[in-house]
Amino acid sequence: MGKFFAITILVIAILSAIPIVMHTWEAPADISTHGHLIDEQMSETMAEAGISFLAAQLLLAFFIWQFSNRGTESKLKSFPGGAKALVIAALLVVGVEVLALGVFGVKAWADVYLTPPSASAMPIQVQAGQFAFYFRYPGPDGKFGAIHPERINEGSQEFFGLDKEHDVESRDDIVTAEMAIPVNKEIHLLMHAKDVGHSFFVRELRVQQDFVPGLDVSLHFTATKIGRYEIVCTQLCGLGHYNMKAYLDVLSNDDFNEWMKKEAAMQ
Amino acid sequence: MHDTSAQAVQHHAPTSFLRKHVFSLDHKVIGKQYYALALAAALIGMALSWIMRIHLGWANAAIPGLQTLSPNGAPGGVLTPEYYLQLMTMHGTIMVFFVLTTAPFAAFGNYFLPIQVGAEDMPFPRFNMMSFWVTFTAFLVLVSSFFLGDGPTLGGWTQYAPLNAIGSSAGPGQGLGVVLWMISIALFCIGQLLGSLNFISTTLDLRVKGMSLMRLPLSAWAWFITSCMGLTAFSVLMPACILVILDHVAGTSFFVPSGLVLNDQLVPHSGGSTLLWQHLFWFFGHPEVYIAIVPGIGIVSHILIANMRKPMLSQRVLIYCMGALAVLSYMVYGHHMFVSGMNPVSALAFSFPTLVITIPATITVLIWVFSLYGSRLRINSASLFALGFISMFVSGGVSGFFLAQPSIDIMLHATYFVVGHFHMVMGVAAMFGIFAGTYFWFPKMSGRMMNETLGKVHFWLSFVGTYCIFMPFHYLGLVGNIRRNSTFVFDYVQPLIPVHQLITVAALITGAAQLVFVYNLIHSRFWGKPAPDNPWEATSLEWSTATPPPWDNFGGKHPVVYHDPYQYGVQSSVGDYVMQASPEQVKTDHEEK
Repeated sequence: MGKFFAITILVIAILSAIPIVMHTWEAPADISTHGHLIDEQMSETMAEAGISFLAAQLLLAFFIWQFSNRGTESKLKSFPGGAKALVIAALLVVGVEVLALGVFGVKAWADVYLTPPSASAMPIQVQAGQFAFYFRYPGPDGKFGAIHPERINEGSQEFFGLDKEHDVESRDDIVTAEMAIPVNKEIHLLMHAKDVGHSFFVRELRVQQDFVPGLDVSLHFTATKIGRYEIVCTQLCGLGHYNMKAYLDVLSNDDFNEWMKKEAAMQ
Repeated sequence: MHDTSAQAVQHHAPTSFLRKHVFSLDHKVIGKQYYALALAAALIGMALSWIMRIHLGWANAAIPGLQTLSPNGAPGGVLTPEYYLQLMTMHGTIMVFFVLTTAPFAAFGNYFLPIQVGAEDMPFPRFNMMSFWVTFTAFLVLVSSFFLGDGPTLGGWTQYAPLNAIGSSAGPGQGLGVVLWMISIALFCIGQLLGSLNFISTTLDLRVKGMSLMRLPLSAWAWFITSCMGLTAFSVLMPACILVILDHVAGTSFFVPSGLVLNDQLVPHSGGSTLLWQHLFWFFGHPEVYIAIVPGIGIVSHILIANMRKPMLSQRVLIYCMGALAVLSYMVYGHHMFVSGMNPVSALAFSFPTLVITIPATITVLIWVFSLYGSRLRINSASLFALGFISMFVSGGVSGFFLAQPSIDIMLHATYFVVGHFHMVMGVAAMFGIFAGTYFWFPKMSGRMMNETLGKVHFWLSFVGTYCIFMPFHYLGLVGNIRRNSTFVFDYVQPLIPVHQLITVAALITGAAQLVFVYNLIHSRFWGKPAPDNPWEATSLEWSTATPPPWDNFGGKHPVVYHDPYQYGVQSSVGDYVMQASPEQVKTDHEEK
């Protein structure tokens, strides 16, 4: 049975690796300016994790095959070098490998989270609440009006609690249920949580960020490919979490301006 | 070396039925009570997972019997979205706390740690009895939430704020359900603190003459290290739970900031921090998952050595690795919070120790694997599960390479990749450790052998079955399949639904295999072949005593320890091993390094 177990481990290890090697299931193509660093990090990690996985499973299988159910007369042996060799191997090979991954991965992270948006980035606000995303554009004055939580009323579609009577800046704000952005334009996304924790995830844009009630966080990114993409909530927010999504349209400049005019007219 | 064993036992042999079997001060009875609790919890947790998996594969499936259990949650037997989340929350909570913390640590540890150090019992038997009954009460409180109010909380076993604190307007189960969850877990923490107190003092103070710390078996070291983690981790979770209860009932606002609007109503709280809950929870939560796995590491090492007929390449290094895992486990918790909104510089600070923790884990695996070299490996149910543990620990561990890096976590956070990772290490590897321990120690605990054929059937179905269930989770995660979704409505997930259906089939078959184990346990308990005192020809102190051990473990005689715990591969009067308590001196090839 030991030998059968060894074969089983081998077969499972190889079958597990096949979908990875064949790229059967993967993230969709990157449409962002920063995403290639994340994708490179992912490929390197996959190679190193894959080699470690296969090596460990194969060694385990091999030793089980060789040494299971040997007779009581067979000689006991100790692996040459003993534990010291293994500790040194682990420190050198694995230690260096994971620290390299960590060090090289800093740039991928820093590009998203530790660099400020440029001054010319287009600000868009997204508010997450049970169970929908709403978006707000600042309008021609470039300023967002204040959010008055006590004025929020979904029934009357007052999603951001704006006081257009007293807040001049809110009068030209444009509130939408879908997000549209011009291609190749940096966006500064201001994230506001209305009630509980939510999260903003667009796979193609290589961005994911939680909304934090009480703390306004932000992201910046640039989309490089025109198309329609799904924005999904990834932080458990209640019974409607499974259904909480919106669409992101990346448009040409002209199409984006058309869209803005249409949305402004509907306010 | 000096005799540090104290006059531990403050209780006499029990006489009444209640004292013998119910409110027992005997660590062995308490250990078996914990095991029975973990078994019941595991069956409930597993049934919950079957219901979840059926719904995920077939969203409109009418599940028989569910409407009776909850007419609101499952009208016509079809799960509502909230009921799915409620069952999911209970599945996670029951499994992490009442199975994975209870069985490897509280059950086996309570039974065998005192015996392995040579003691008659733990130093605080009343605290020990209390620890079980408090834990049992915690379980009852948790399960009661199924039947009270609008059902259990739906916020996941992680119970993030402010969803956990703003009350029932946030969703079904978020009022009374949360309060019951918090009370249950606070009680659980108290139970585990009482237990950890006993484990630490047993290990440090009650070792018998000749039992130096380095002569302790690896399982004893694992329980000792785990109890140190338990002391420092549970003591943080318990007050955190109390703070949430206060936010519900006392008008405080620890976790809720101002300005929140729910159902068009301003939430009355102000001044709190939602991230504070995550810091408190994960400061506990990461050590908790090592509390779940370290006993398995010790148990599997202990069992493998007996079945390899030679010690590990270095016992000392394995002990240091377990210690390193324990210490590092406190420094990594922020890797659960990379995209949470905490300062992104701290993400890098947490990422480095998370990557470094790979090193002791790798050394452990290498020592196990290369100790197999040159061994005389015996294949039986216990050793199969121990070897399977190694395979699963590797599989679950390598997905950690990805999740340790914040930049990659951007794509994998909250996806099925994470769910696959933690199920392989906890749901499978830790469970395999429990199974290995059961097959190995059942003869000592019950006086009967388990059925080997059924054990092997259980192993094969479980090993292949769990790979079929959880390996695909990683592929789903790479595509971006989001977790904690009761139904799959996002456009890009539609093509993945057939994969989920296959996983469900595998899950139901693997679940059925666990019933083979339960049958084997029950049948063997009453009708198994009588077990000799030392069926595995093993060396540690539990095999020196009668099967099952008498109430004071050693029948009034204190053993004296003459040897390191794993003297195998020698020539002695009894075979290729010499027991720790045997005064026989033999020529050995394995000097302890």
